[in-house]
Amino acid sequence: MRLAKVPYSIPAIILLLTQCVNLSFTQAAPKQTINIAYLTQEQVIPAPLSNLDPFVKDKGVIGAELGIDDDNTTGEFTGQQFNLKKFIVHLDGNVVDTFTKEISPHFQYVVVNLPAQPLNQLADLPAAKPLLLFDVGTRDDALRNEECRRNVLHILPSRAMRADALAQYMMKKRWTQWFLVVGPNPEDRLYAEAIKRAAKRFGMKIVAEKAWEHTYDARRTVQSDVAVFTQTDDPYDVLVVADEKGQFGEYLDYRTWIPRPVMGTQGLIATPWHKTHEQWGAVQIQHRFLEKAGRWMEEEDYGAYLAVRAVGEAATRTQSHEPKSVKDYLFSEAFALNGYTGTPLSFRSWDNQLRQPVLLAAPRSLVAVAPIDGFLHPKTELDTLGYDQPESHCHWDK
Amino acid sequence: MKQKALKWFLMLAITASAQAETVFVTLEKDNALAVVDPIEGKLIKTVSVGQRPRGIFVSPDNKFLYIATSDENTIKIIDATTFKELGKLPSGKDPETFALNPAGDRLYVSNEDDSLVTVIDVAKKKVLKQIKVGVEPEGITVSPDNKWLISVSETTNMVHWINTKTNTIEANTLVDPRPRAASFTADSQQLWVTSEMAGTLMILDSQTKQIIKTISFDVQGVTRDKIQPVGVVIDKERNRAYVALGPANRVAVVNAKTFEVEKVLLVGQRVWNLAFSPDQKRLYTTNGTSNDISLIDLDTQTVTKSVGVGTYPWGVAVKP
Repeated sequence: MRLAKVPYSIPAIILLLTQCVNLSFTQAAPKQTINIAYLTQEQVIPAPLSNLDPFVKDKGVIGAELGIDDDNTTGEFTGQQFNLKKFIVHLDGNVVDTFTKEISPHFQYVVVNLPAQPLNQLADLPAAKPLLLFDVGTRDDALRNEECRRNVLHILPSRAMRADALAQYMMKKRWTQWFLVVGPNPEDRLYAEAIKRAAKRFGMKIVAEKAWEHTYDARRTVQSDVAVFTQTDDPYDVLVVADEKGQFGEYLDYRTWIPRPVMGTQGLIATPWHKTHEQWGAVQIQHRFLEKAGRWMEEEDYGAYLAVRAVGEAATRTQSHEPKSVKDYLFSEAFALNGYTGTPLSFRSWDNQLRQPVLLAAPRSLVAVAPIDGFLHPKTELDTLGYDQPESHCHWDK
Repeated sequence: MKQKALKWFLMLAITASAQAETVFVTLEKDNALAVVDPIEGKLIKTVSVGQRPRGIFVSPDNKFLYIATSDENTIKIIDATTFKELGKLPSGKDPETFALNPAGDRLYVSNEDDSLVTVIDVAKKKVLKQIKVGVEPEGITVSPDNKWLISVSETTNMVHWINTKTNTIEANTLVDPRPRAASFTADSQQLWVTSEMAGTLMILDSQTKQIIKTISFDVQGVTRDKIQPVGVVIDKERNRAYVALGPANRVAVVNAKTFEVEKVLLVGQRVWNLAFSPDQKRLYTTNGTSNDISLIDLDTQTVTKSVGVGTYPWGVAVKP
């Protein structure tokens, strides 16, 4: 907001009052500015599993850029200017410093692509209280339950939503007996917990559970390791793998003792976005993203795109740049965000989670879109995925 | 002799059906055009037309079909009787929906990937202009009085009012999320626009460019997020409008005077585009995922038949 713009903002407010329901723009109105920050931190590049998928360093940021482009196309017609500033904190840097010194004094909307712990650390800062933080990096159920924060909105589906999506499809296929393989990392255990919750919810049975303790090198021992590892006394229909970092999950398919499909974090995966997805106008955004980024859209990009679009949509409709009115609009009945997945997206009032379909995808084919037909809900079938209102442990203490 | 008689009979039958109206349906995934006799309720034949055919129009003189073959980046001119390809129009990239002006000499195309509307001189087969519009332009239509060209952009959520004389945008109306289709009333006074994400139908006044009414739909046994209006048509007398409700698998009947939703008719799956018969006594719908079209009798307001046509029926046009 430069000073020169201030005198024009008064007619803008009058315009707002007269046109808050009915907006028609016959000329360029004076500009209102909406500033959005994008905050992330560099990551240690993990050891590559194979040469097939290069490590994507800029996951998220290009999605935010595409979102700003789209916001501004609407803004051109409505007299609003959307600005995106990117803050990429160095590996050894301090995100709290960047947040308090450079972001909170100037920005009211922050797209945060950080793990759970630093995310809530930022959210609890006094300076963050009046802001809206859009979490596009986590899938933790705790952040949407016991650890929920009023000022944090979660864009990506939680682990519970993903596990429920898989369970619905398995129920449809009647593949009800699961063998669960859990990796060594804390997030693998969280994923496994979500899988167990989903199994219970949809009447599936986990007949066996094992922790993967073998090698992460495909060349030497995997062939024999997996065959031995997947032997069990109890018959099972599918092998469910919890390996969020992708350290061994890809090795399971075709190497199991008995022929069984793999699902979970590898094989058939549950994700908000996938390169195989092309229905409901998705082809258009896939093309636009590919052209801009030179790579496929990752789920963090999709999340950042949706976050920036949500701010844009609310600011355009309310003709306001104030977080209060933007948040009110985001949680109103009128808010319906297009996520290119066939159903309008909205926020769950009880945990700030974006309500959305979950794609079930194999590496080169989109298998199904959850909620699967037949899973009913009195309000919206999307709420058959994840923690529904009565199940939520979020109490908004903070 | 018997054979000769049979031949005669067949020829007679063919000419007879050629005299009745013909419904043309583009089949997005079959790369083909389905030719349907709606009176008999029969698929007459399927003709290959090119890669990913979507938008379709019959020329005002009923001699040609214009078909957007999206993956070939062109609009084909096809003989409406022999189905021979007569030429191609330079449509710009990935044409999906397009509109013809009443005289039939200008064709306007939405280029979804490039956020453009391409203006084509049909006789010269030349691009006159490309107009920059919002992101992902979809619905496009020309007012019957030829004053306005309307382009609707899905991601920008705008209706762009383009002056057909100057080919420049004169006004923009912000509408409900992901607007899809737009249709004028026959008197050009109102523009009806559907919103897929909000599940609404908006009626805009052509003078003020403002929304004068927003209609939402309630269908028993269908959750709100499944109600995603797409195609909309209004009869000549402005008595009734018909709205395709997408994955709700229904067509809504709207009183065009009181704006009340009078009825919903169950059709095929993911209904998206609609066309009247020339006498406006029947309505034809393309049902995207059940691979058929529904025939609706408008006197009784009942669905009389569904006709299987092929994979992903998309556009529909009727020749008298």
